[in-house]
Amino acid sequence: MSVGIVMLVHTALGRAEQVARHWTRAGCPVVIHVDKSVSRKVYEGFVQSVSDVPEILFSRRHRCEWGTWGLVAASQDASEMMLANFPDVRHVYLASGSCLPLRPVQELIDYLADRPRTDFIESATTADVPWTVGGLDHERFTMRFPFSWRKNRYLFDRFVEFQRKIGYRRRVPKGVVPHMGSQWWCLTRQTLSAILQDPERTRYDAYFRHVWIPDESYFQTLSRLYSTNIESRSLTLSKFDFQGKPHIFYDDHLQLLRRSDCFVARKIWPHAERLYQAFLTDPDGAMSRQEPNPGKIDRIFAKAVDRRTRGRAGLYMQSRYPNPGWENGVTAAKYSVFQGFSELFQDFEAWLARATGAQVHGHLFAPERAEFAGGQTIINGALPDTALLRDANPRAFLTNLLWNTRGERQCFQFGPRDNVKINRQIAEDPNAQVSVITGAWAVPLFKSNANFADIRAEAAALQKIESKMLDELRSPYSKARIRIWTMAEFIESPMEPLQVIIDEIGHKSLRRLAEAPLMEDLTGFGQFLQNLKNQGMHPYLMGDFPVDPIPKLHGARPRKPYLVKK
Amino acid sequence: MANRTDRIAPSDILLFSTQRNEGVRLPYFLQYYRDMGVNHFFFVDNDSTDGSLDYLARQDDVSVWTTRASYKRARFGVDWLNWLQMRYAHGHWTLVVDPDELFLYPFCDTRPLRALTDWLDASSIKSFSAMLLDMYPKGRIDAEPYRPGQNPIEIASWFDAGNYTIKKNPKFGNLWIQGGPRARMFFADQPERAPALNKIPLVKWDRRYAYVSSTHNLLPRGLNLVYDEWGGEKASGVLLHTKFLDTFSIKAQEELERKQHYAGSKEYLAYAAGIRDNPDLWCKWSEKYINWRQLEILGLMSKGNWA
Repeated sequence: MSVGIVMLVHTALGRAEQVARHWTRAGCPVVIHVDKSVSRKVYEGFVQSVSDVPEILFSRRHRCEWGTWGLVAASQDASEMMLANFPDVRHVYLASGSCLPLRPVQELIDYLADRPRTDFIESATTADVPWTVGGLDHERFTMRFPFSWRKNRYLFDRFVEFQRKIGYRRRVPKGVVPHMGSQWWCLTRQTLSAILQDPERTRYDAYFRHVWIPDESYFQTLSRLYSTNIESRSLTLSKFDFQGKPHIFYDDHLQLLRRSDCFVARKIWPHAERLYQAFLTDPDGAMSRQEPNPGKIDRIFAKAVDRRTRGRAGLYMQSRYPNPGWENGVTAAKYSVFQGFSELFQDFEAWLARATGAQVHGHLFAPERAEFAGGQTIINGALPDTALLRDANPRAFLTNLLWNTRGERQCFQFGPRDNVKINRQIAEDPNAQVSVITGAWAVPLFKSNANFADIRAEAAALQKIESKMLDELRSPYSKARIRIWTMAEFIESPMEPLQVIIDEIGHKSLRRLAEAPLMEDLTGFGQFLQNLKNQGMHPYLMGDFPVDPIPKLHGARPRKPYLVKK
Repeated sequence: MANRTDRIAPSDILLFSTQRNEGVRLPYFLQYYRDMGVNHFFFVDNDSTDGSLDYLARQDDVSVWTTRASYKRARFGVDWLNWLQMRYAHGHWTLVVDPDELFLYPFCDTRPLRALTDWLDASSIKSFSAMLLDMYPKGRIDAEPYRPGQNPIEIASWFDAGNYTIKKNPKFGNLWIQGGPRARMFFADQPERAPALNKIPLVKWDRRYAYVSSTHNLLPRGLNLVYDEWGGEKASGVLLHTKFLDTFSIKAQEELERKQHYAGSKEYLAYAAGIRDNPDLWCKWSEKYINWRQLEILGLMSKGNWA
């Protein structure tokens, strides 16, 4: 008893010959179908080249365009030829010219001999398969497809639409439940002959002739009628990409294939010399005797599909430039934006860095330059601090910074003095954690030594800008984690919000904050605001400050900047 | 000068380049691309005086044309190459690179270029992008002289990993990438003038195709859609740009005198100024080149769904 190989070939005939000889050397007869699109001359040369091997036969040629009936017809003819000419054959294995046996053929023979009644064919009902191309699962059995998907995609699609519209449905033959699965199967003589010699075969053939991609459903469906023991998996290792094309194996996959424990792999690049050499020459290819287990390979190819369909979050590059809303992560990592904190607290940045261990920048979007942490003029990824370069594309500047520093939490200061064009993008980024103390920009003005008329003008401008920023943050499109306090609210009890923000950054210690940042001395700030009001400007973003004394300042040490204690 | 195009087989991979006095680079350049699997080279020689024309004419797999016409008038060489490609490249995979550009693609250390083009064919992809990555030495550009046949990456082994900015060009649909050491050092005060780094050097050529400006973009527009817009990554490569060797200062001076470059040679004016002030492009955050996998991890190129 042995295994017969039916081989469908359309290119790389030399490789097909190599593999066919390999099968026959181990005692497996081979029937080859060569696509009719191969020229007569080439075909005859090929037949001639293997004429020294009596166990290699050639079946009637059909034109095998992808997704059409030709492939099924070819498999039928070749299988019939196999069953008729080699009565010893118990299992027929359908393979392509680019399949490569990985384990010694004898192991496959033994494996199948131990399972004489098992049909290995992946076969699932249409409702249960996730991998249909073009979104046609059940419809491929109920519509007609006179136009080629490859060559005439437009007409193909229009015709499908048309049939949907008029509600056209073909009748599925009685007793047939459509199943689908990998086209590479291994069936027993019993099952295969039952399918091929079925008195109803002409009826089934007539039906399947107009099903789309019948090679994935003809045997998969009909074997369900006759087989006593279907094992719904393919013995051929075959990985598909997101478009339903098979992944190709190259020389550098050698170790991976060795460890795959599979009997046959497809598809192999015809020029993968090392693979053909390694697997076809010596029988001690050192594959262990185990159940086939392609799991190891799965990961690598699943990752490739993921990279092609979802990509790396926060990466913008020459071959990934997502439309707005399709980024799968606008930026590469979570980050925190602080507005008003470094104005209200002395040395806030150093304090935050100590409390969180994060990288804390100054005002990254300051008009003079990007104030990178530690006063650096250039940072990870050779990103320079030049304001002009940054402002030419502030969005790219931010996404670059976050991509370059992935793995390290980034915090930066922001405010109405900065380039606020980026504000909206930050607001719409779920990775952003934005904390705003409104009106705190007034503190540096209050401390400054400028003329009051200038201060008044500056205050009016900053308040206008911040007000617009707040509108952006509060827009319904905002996705960032946003917290907004008025300055008056915040200094009422600064520790609680600080604790919340620090906790959300989620760093190391679960301890409560031991050390608090030093708040600026705000004595006279209320009067300062009142002066602005008296000049006709209306400062409102900082909340209500009584003219004097300023709230919650303890009388004991009014002159000193004070430490907020829990 | 030397037309060996009759030796081209139907499935050959072709390379097109213009060159002027690049004799010192050519030996390594030819070797690099021969090893990769390029079958035939096309050169347009623009009035070389360093013997490089004769050198090229002696190579078995090179066809070379020569012209004394203006590089500028020929839209910086694009017209010459477009014409040659229309004539000879129809139906071939073609790589268009300058003599100071070394092409990298995913798995280039284990798979020949034909593996890539076969995969692109199977995936019905007609064009493949490779961003220009400026390489530079640590220290002065002229510190270590480049010898013919030497791998230029041995000297110019550093690059900027993450300071590139992208915009979409609405006219041709291509991405417009700027950044790197040239933007940082020479164009910090006029970022919009910084040179474009997006390139689409590998195309399954058809006689109806044409490069528009250098290899930055093509017509028809569909060929420029080498990027995914729905979050995924398409496969892409990198062109290591080894302009910044000791040969550069002389070249910059010469090009300035010839005034044959883009936008009134603004680029070379900026270089000449920049080179005088501070010839060290290296900075603390420069990345040292290891291999294509490093560039993939850094997000400069992608395997896409090629595995």
